[in-house]
Amino acid sequence: MRPWACLHTAARVFALVLTVAIVPLHSADEKHIVIYGPGTTFSLPVLDRDGREYVGLLECLEPLGTVNARIEGTHWKLRYNDGESDFTASKNRARVRGHDMDFPGNFLLENNRGLVPLVSLGTLLPRILNTPVSFNPVSRRLFAGNVATHFTAQLSKTTPPRLVMNFTAPVNPTIATEPGRLRMSFTREPLVAPGTPTLTFDDKSIPSATYVENNGVAEVTVNGNAPLMASFSNDGRTITVSPVPQQPATPAPATAAALNSPAAPIPGNAPKTVPASATHYYAVIDPSHGGDDRGAALSDSLAEKDITLALARRLRQEFESRGIPTLVLRDSDLNVPLDERAAQTNTAHPTIYVSLHAASDGKGVRLYTALLPSGVENNGPFVAWDTAQTRSLPISKATAQNVAAEFQRRQLPVRTLQAPLRPLNNLTTAAIAVEVAPASGDIADLTQPAYQQNVASCIATAIAAMHNQLGGPP
Amino acid sequence: MIPRHLQIAIGILLLSVLGMGFYVGRIRGRAQQAEPAADSRPVAPPAPGPSESVTLYVANDAGGILRAQASSIPLPSARQQRAEELLRALLDIYLGKDSPHPLAVGSEVRAVYLVDPGLVVIDLNAAFANGHRSGVLEEELTVTSMIQTLAANIPDILRVKFLVEGKERDTLAGHADLSTMYDTIAVSQLVAQMQ
Repeated sequence: MRPWACLHTAARVFALVLTVAIVPLHSADEKHIVIYGPGTTFSLPVLDRDGREYVGLLECLEPLGTVNARIEGTHWKLRYNDGESDFTASKNRARVRGHDMDFPGNFLLENNRGLVPLVSLGTLLPRILNTPVSFNPVSRRLFAGNVATHFTAQLSKTTPPRLVMNFTAPVNPTIATEPGRLRMSFTREPLVAPGTPTLTFDDKSIPSATYVENNGVAEVTVNGNAPLMASFSNDGRTITVSPVPQQPATPAPATAAALNSPAAPIPGNAPKTVPASATHYYAVIDPSHGGDDRGAALSDSLAEKDITLALARRLRQEFESRGIPTLVLRDSDLNVPLDERAAQTNTAHPTIYVSLHAASDGKGVRLYTALLPSGVENNGPFVAWDTAQTRSLPISKATAQNVAAEFQRRQLPVRTLQAPLRPLNNLTTAAIAVEVAPASGDIADLTQPAYQQNVASCIATAIAAMHNQLGGPP
Repeated sequence: MIPRHLQIAIGILLLSVLGMGFYVGRIRGRAQQAEPAADSRPVAPPAPGPSESVTLYVANDAGGILRAQASSIPLPSARQQRAEELLRALLDIYLGKDSPHPLAVGSEVRAVYLVDPGLVVIDLNAAFANGHRSGVLEEELTVTSMIQTLAANIPDILRVKFLVEGKERDTLAGHADLSTMYDTIAVSQLVAQMQ
């Protein structure tokens, strides 16, 4: 076999392995709504109740502002920022900011959780948020405020031809190729449709592109008569699609174009082919549990999954205020399997992974590192899934000790232990888990913003302080 | 006027009804006495063999620690039955009054299998796992106390695997990993931190 053929085959195998390894966050079959707000994008599960689609209202509002809800008999009283709303269980009428409004279905109360018909969000949220909202119930995408990202597509008749797509904000779609088309899936970007869903170009190589959106995802498919590749430029605001060069000795572009993974924007104006793992997050935060997996029942109405999500948002804020790029593995009430959490983290190649848990027993904070079998060594390029943490365990333990020291400095009870807690053992990076118990033994501590902030601040301070040890400045 | 023979017949019938009622009442009382009181603890089969001194590693929620506790229990000679008796003795403590680490009512070890070389498989019942309190430390205490109790009293145990109702399960109650094989050396080192 000629050398270029070997390289080409190796590139294809590499692309296939990566495509299989990179697992999507949730099944495509699950119904979701994606909400785009100023500075945040999150997805929520859509529930079927009596043949109608419902969504948790509190979950819709939590990432967008300060919100709380309380139950008084059959009434569910919601406060968002400075506005009060009053919903009644099994009634299709509510009072929102002093005005009555009707729903197309009844308001439901389930386990203290208020559910509203999905289709009502388009009229309900503008009143609660006091801001314009655009909602497409068919594709289940909701835009709160002026957050939309628009794009234009223009074919440049060079040799070879190039389709230049300009976006009004940086984008980072998942790119997949198949014979005759290149598909870009925008899961986090508030991308909106161009003037017409099908764009046609007077060119044989790239005759058309189509825009569709479904189940919270916007998708742009570029159709071509030859294998296509995408490259990013202009800080992620421009994507250029062009036929893959025919020279067989350069397998890298084909590999990158075929990757079914998020491709990161590359700074600079010159178009560059997207590398497989250009996105670099310094920290990954994993709020444990979510969705059907409520975690520990901390009280009759308080689930572990809600505390971990609140803590994760505070910790992300603390990291980002220190200039640390941070990825949160779930930013809504989603159930992400443990293997997927591990795969997402390993794919992102962060410097530190922090898993968050909450408990009602004990006082203060417990820090965990992985419990691994003794005498295991991962030699060679491959590591065993169950013991992937082996090489990083010393730095994980050092991180836990530093975080513990910061808690002690702030006089919060802290303890460090190893634990058989997945996915710690599946991670190839420094990894710790933080289990937060009430500071004083009173379960109400866990919901106190001051306590959550103190915990988040301790973790972020300690981790930021050891950036040299962890592998360079964030 | 009711004829005399009818009066006698009615009297006999009334006496019979009263007698039957009294008899049925006695029988029901005896049946209730014979029924054992509801007991959530696992039923320990008779364990032939002399009592032996063993060390149980008992979880204590108050401090989040494991305590080595000397105990004397009858143990059979076969290793597998010894393992089952050790875990039953441990669960007796957890299910008893004033338990330092309460488990759910009906929690039980269905069986312990010794698979050479050095592998022990502990099969828990559904009540054990489904009713276990959720939390990293609570679950870790349960798992490590069972493993360390076996490792400390039965030589040559190297690895321990948990099943629930004979099937694999990801976690005990959302945290402690049950999908893995536990290495008893690593657990012993962890137990040293937890004492």
